[in-house]
Parts: sequence; structure tokens; C-alpha cells
Amino acid sequence: MCLGIPGQVVSLDDTSGLRMGKVQFGGVVREVCLEYVPEVALGDYVIVHAGFAISPVDEEEAARTYQLLEEMGQLTELDETDREAGSGQVERPGEKAL
Amino acid sequence: MKYLDEYRDARVAQELLEQIRGVQKRPWVLMEVCGGQTHSIVKFGIDDLLPGEIELVHGPGCPVCVTPLELIDKAHAIASRPEVIFCSFGDMLRVPGSKCDLLTVKSRGADVRVVYSPLECLKIARKHPDRQVVFFAIGFETTAPANAMLVWRAKQDGLQNVSVLVSHVLVPPALEAILDSPWNRVQGFLGPGHVCAIMGYREYEEISARYRVPIVITGFEPVDLLEGVLMAVRQLEGGRAEVENQYARAVTRDGNAAARKVVSSVFEVCGRKWRGVGPIPQSGYRLRAEFEAFDAEHRFDVGAIDTQEPAVCISGEVLRGIKKPHDCPAFAKECTPAHPLGATMVSSEGACAAYYLYGRHLKPDNRNAAGKAGQAG
Amino acid sequence: MPDDKDHRVMPGEACPVPLPDHKQIVLGHGSGGKLTQDLIEKIFLPNFWNDCLARLNDQAVLEVNGSRLAFTTDSFVVTPIFFPGGDIGRLAINGTVNDLAMSGATPRFIAAAFILEEGLASDDLVRVVESMRLAVAEAGVLLVTGDTKVVNRGKGDQVFITTTGLGVLERPGEISADRARPGDRILLSGTIGDHGMAIMSQREGLEFEGPIESDTAPLHTLVAAMLEASPEIHCLRDPTRGGVATTLNEIASRSGVGMEIDVRSIPVHESVRGACEILGLDPLYVANEGKLVAVVAPEAADAVLDQMRRHPLGRDACCIGEVVAAHPRRVLVKTEIGGSRVLDVMMGEQLPRIC
Repeated sequence: MCLGIPGQVVSLDDTSGLRMGKVQFGGVVREVCLEYVPEVALGDYVIVHAGFAISPVDEEEAARTYQLLEEMGQLTELDETDREAGSGQVERPGEKAL
Repeated sequence: MKYLDEYRDARVAQELLEQIRGVQKRPWVLMEVCGGQTHSIVKFGIDDLLPGEIELVHGPGCPVCVTPLELIDKAHAIASRPEVIFCSFGDMLRVPGSKCDLLTVKSRGADVRVVYSPLECLKIARKHPDRQVVFFAIGFETTAPANAMLVWRAKQDGLQNVSVLVSHVLVPPALEAILDSPWNRVQGFLGPGHVCAIMGYREYEEISARYRVPIVITGFEPVDLLEGVLMAVRQLEGGRAEVENQYARAVTRDGNAAARKVVSSVFEVCGRKWRGVGPIPQSGYRLRAEFEAFDAEHRFDVGAIDTQEPAVCISGEVLRGIKKPHDCPAFAKECTPAHPLGATMVSSEGACAAYYLYGRHLKPDNRNAAGKAGQAG
Repeated sequence: MPDDKDHRVMPGEACPVPLPDHKQIVLGHGSGGKLTQDLIEKIFLPNFWNDCLARLNDQAVLEVNGSRLAFTTDSFVVTPIFFPGGDIGRLAINGTVNDLAMSGATPRFIAAAFILEEGLASDDLVRVVESMRLAVAEAGVLLVTGDTKVVNRGKGDQVFITTTGLGVLERPGEISADRARPGDRILLSGTIGDHGMAIMSQREGLEFEGPIESDTAPLHTLVAAMLEASPEIHCLRDPTRGGVATTLNEIASRSGVGMEIDVRSIPVHESVRGACEILGLDPLYVANEGKLVAVVAPEAADAVLDQMRRHPLGRDACCIGEVVAAHPRRVLVKTEIGGSRVLDVMMGEQLPRIC
């Protein structure tokens, strides 16, 4: 269960008595209740489940662990290139295209 | 999509698989608790890619699967009333009750509507003051804050025509029921990432210590799941049993206090019956007394519901990880998503449906690994 | 392991009655997936059986006095009737033009029957019909006959349109769902999920904002260009309700072949992806109204693809997989991380989920 998708907060709206906002998911925007993430500001990322932000995305934590994973990915490429070419420069993997 | 695509990166996934192969020496049985994790495992073909000696068993983290038959029947009875607008998450619409499902009830003229967020019910209630809006409030701890907010706001705003049919279930008691079973084969868990985003993972530390099992709180994307498996296998190979947090970008040890505050003002813990498993004490939520007015079970007297309990399928054993879907003689024959015999075949993330939809019945499976692990357990 | 004989049934440890063979029609019967297939195979086909119908293509190819004609009909019941990128009228004309085009025919004539709900705003009807006028002109066809009925309020969703089309096959050769052969390449003309998600974006309870527009378009000139490149086009289908997944399964099933698809090669607009992710939907099962799937001989694939990309409706055309002899009637998908899964036919409607 628990389909929760990361999106970016693009607007805030406190007029209804509930902290609401608009969150963008890869090109579409949906109204989301932000009552449970009071610390979140415009531009921050949140995990959204059933129309509610249930947690902010800890960008530092994400960056830290992802860097480790990326390095692992580079290791794989390194191995493959070494095996193929035996020596020489290895291209740094580029940004993943979205 | 940021924070999504990176976790579907093929290179990183392959490297994690490589690491898993490097670490794994003995066969292990792991359970991923969440139905959403099951969905991902099968959608991305993860169990196919893992070494055969690592068996993934699908857990009971499918609130759709475990909602008791009586409650489904009550939902149908309430939805059939002409004054009711019955709102539900899409997941519940095809779950069969004793006689039919919500889609059939709809085909007979009931006003049944799919919503994405429970707050939509407030809008619908305001738009139709002469009708009774009833929301099917199902889910694990992840969805409780959303459902709680619906009730909270309904009370705040004095809405007379909103009520909820509650079937909330909690994960830790389910894990304990699995671990208490004398036939349990599960040696390590991939813990429910979004449940823990709300609840934190302190409860799991206690379980991990008491039963001496590794619990790795895991996310839902392929890279998350593979990293979770790697961390669990490392613990098992190293003889450790602790809680680790793979999903650190969304989960903290204490979880979401703001969400839990609203949940505990609206709901209280109670015993719940789990379809396919039976009653588990302290395993669910019900509305607190001060919100009783919003309880659809009180508002609508649907009379005695005659719940038919016919043929036995093995949903119960599948939900507890004792058997796998293809162990069932009816799997993919009499029992298919088009004609489900049990709860686990109905929901797209029920173990049997997941297996079927992604075609496990057509491919060489992990029977060898299952056999070995079963003997070892 | 528990011995089944000794295993005492616990309360709650039981299963529901299997759903009886449907005593009533449910919405799933119209969604283009397994339930629709069941309806066709169990009720319609046995009653109307003939060789032509039995091929179960989207159109019938008929021989009349030496000429080969393509003949088709389709009903349009979409709600809302106006949606981003189009309306029910445009959908109706393009839909029927496309059914004809999928046999390689040149669409020539359309008949349109309207069922109007009492209370429909006349302005709305005018808007729909004007849109049809434009679509008819764009497609180069003539609307030559029609019918109008009005039903009581509540008995029809504003407007239903049934269009029947007639086209002429000017080239020899046969394009049919049962002609796929191992080794053939599977081509897709562009991004998937646009139409279905444009409709979904308007559904009460699920709304979202974004640049998603229906891709409704007449595909006959694209098909003509493809046939110019090569006559070795074995199958053509427009993946409407049920999506690409259902279409691939239909072709695999009729032709008795297997298919292997690489999910990474399938183009999806970022917004469609975002919308599918939040609602928990798979773009492969979402309806399209301006795209086609083509199964072509391997030696012709490059030339056909090249021609497609030169056409405005085929700019994002790509090869998404191939037909194989292995696992007949099954479509296998290579996943984003290199794993494998089977792509099955949709059961009923694809519903948004939170689990």
C-alpha cells in the first residue's frame, strides 16, 4: 500500500483554514494538503499520499545516499570499461535524463 | 521526475544486485511488508533478478486484502441506499463481498464515486446538502492522517451529512502475528516505508529485539528495494538483528508528530479482524467517542449482515507468508483477477494478483529456493 | 509446514464467493479489456458468426463487385464532452477515420447518429457539430447521412455519437491482426497515455492541472506514408481503450505469436507520467486517440520508421520491440532495471489507487 510520490511545492494557500498548496509532479500540478508538513516552504519537495504531504524529502539525506549509489554505479561502469579496453580514461556518467 | 527517476536507474540497480550476490552465502527468506513494495518488486521484475537463494515472501500490507468480509458487505449495504453518495479510494471498488463488489452495486444504480483524497468528500457534501456522503476509510497508518483530517474538518465545519466507514489496520501487530506463528519462515523484513514516515520506527526496534529479526525500513522504488535487500542480507550473514533505515530521505526515527497528533485525537486503537488471518488484538483504529456521530456504522442501521463464509482458499497462509500464490491449486486456474476466489487475488497488490498480473505463473519460479528455505525453517 | 487436514479453520480465515458470471453489465465491460473481450466472445460472436466478423478487426474488409471496401462503426460516450485537446465530436470523426485507416483503406464517407439527452444546451450541440465539421474537412471525408434521437433527461450522458465509416482499399495486400510473424518489428507512432489522462484530469474527485491534451487526430495520411515506404506492414492498430498493452495482446493472441517489448523505448510525456504516478496508473493501459501500433517485416522497419518521423503525427515514432516465436500469445516486457514481467490484458477499468 501507500503509494507516495515525491513532488515540489509550487504554491501555498492558508485561506481555507487548512494549510493547502499546489504540488508539481513532473509537469502536472495538484492541490495537496500541507497541514502535516508545517516546516515545508515553497520549492521544497514532499512525499504525497492520498492528497496529503506525509513527509518532506530530506534533500541532504537523499543527496548523501544517492552519491554513494552513484559511486557504486560508476564502479560498475569502471569495471566494464576496464574489462573492455584494458586501460585509459573513463567518462564520468552524465546526469540521468528525465 | 526528481527523487523518483534516480531510484529507477538501471546501472545502480545492477550494481546493488552485484553487491547482493557478493554478500549472500546462505539462503534467506525475506518479507516485504507493504503491498506497494510487492507491486514494485513484481512490476520491475526484482524477484526475477535476485539470486534464487533469496526468497521474497509477500506480506499482509494490503489493507484492501485484509478488510473483513462483514465490513465490505456493510459498505455495499450503505452504498445501496438512495440517499447515500458512497466515496472510496479506487482500490476498494473491485473487492468482492459475500455477493458482489462495489462496481456491481454501482451498476444497480448506487452513487459510488472514486476519490483521490478524502478531503474531496467535504466538497461533495457541501455540493449535495440533501445527500449523505459516506467515505470508506481504509488503510494502514499511512492513510490514517488523511482520513482523520476528513473527520476532524467535518466536525469543525459542522457538516451533518458526512460520515466514515472505518477499517484501519496497524502493521506492528500483524508482524507479531506472523512472527508468533509456529510455521513462520520469514527471517528478515523490509519494513513499510510510508507507514514509518508517519509513525517513525521505534515500534520496530522493540519487535526486532524481541524476535531477533533484522528489519530494514525500505522505500518503494527498485533501487530502494534492492538496497533494502542488501542491508537485510548483510545483517543476516553477519548474525545481526537490528532496525536500519534505508528510506532516510523520507523516514525519521520519530516520524511525523503533527500527523500522529491529529490521528490520536480522532482515532483510538482497538482489536480488528483481518480477512484471511483472523482477529488480532490492538491491531486497528476506531473513531473516538467524541467523533461517534461521524461513524457510518452507527448512522446507518443496515441490519444483520449475513456473511457467507464458503470455500476455503489459502489467502490466509499467503498473507502470513507461509505459502506462495503458486502453491495454491486454484491459482491461475479457478482463481484469477477476473474471477477472484480470495482477498489476495483481488487487489492489484495482493500477493496472488501481483504474481498473476506480472505473469509469475508462466515463468520458472523459485520453487527450489522455496523448498530449501522451507526445510531450513 | 501445516498439514491441511489438521489445519483448523480460524474465524475470518475464509474467502468470498467467487463473483458469479456477471448477471449485469458493469462499466468494466466497456473498458476494452478482458471483460469486453468476454462479452464479444460469449454473446456477440456466436450470434453473428461469419468469417469476416470472426477476424475481430476494428474494421471489416469486404469485396463488393470487385472493389475492396473497408467498413466500420464505433460509438462515443466520453464524459466530459469537452476536454483539453478536443471534444466528443472530433473524437467520433477521427476515431472512425482511424478504424478505416488501420486496414490501409482511404476513408471516404461517414454516417453519424446522435442520441441527445433532453436538457442538453443547444449551444453545446452546436459546438460539437462545428468541431465535427472541422474534423471532417481535415480528414478529407464526407459526412453523407445521419440520424438524431432524443432521450429523457437522465437516460443519456448529454450526447452519444455513433459513427459508421466506409473507405476504399486502393492497394493490394492485407493488413490484419492475425498477420504478425516472428522477427517482425513493433513500431509505435508516438507518446502514450495523452488522451486517457486528459479525460482523467477532468474527473471529479481526481482533477489535476497540467498541459495534458488529448492526442485525437486522423491517422490515414500517416498510414498512407508508411505504405509508400513499404507494403510489408502486417498489422496496424490504434491503441484506444485498454491502451498499448491491450492492443499488443490482441495482436499476439490473434497471430499466435509472442512479443518482447522494452519499456524504456516507449515515449511518455512528462506530464502524463506525473499524472499516472500520482494516481497509480500504468500508461501502457491508458487510452490513446491519435497513435498507432504497427507490426512490420524486419527488412522494412527502418524505411517505415523513417517515413513516420517525417510526418507531423509520427515525430516521436520508435521501435518498441519485436515479435518472437517463443511464449506464444504472451507479451513480455523488459523493465527499467533490466528485469522481466508479463504484460497482461487489462481486467476491467484501470482505477486510480492509493495502495
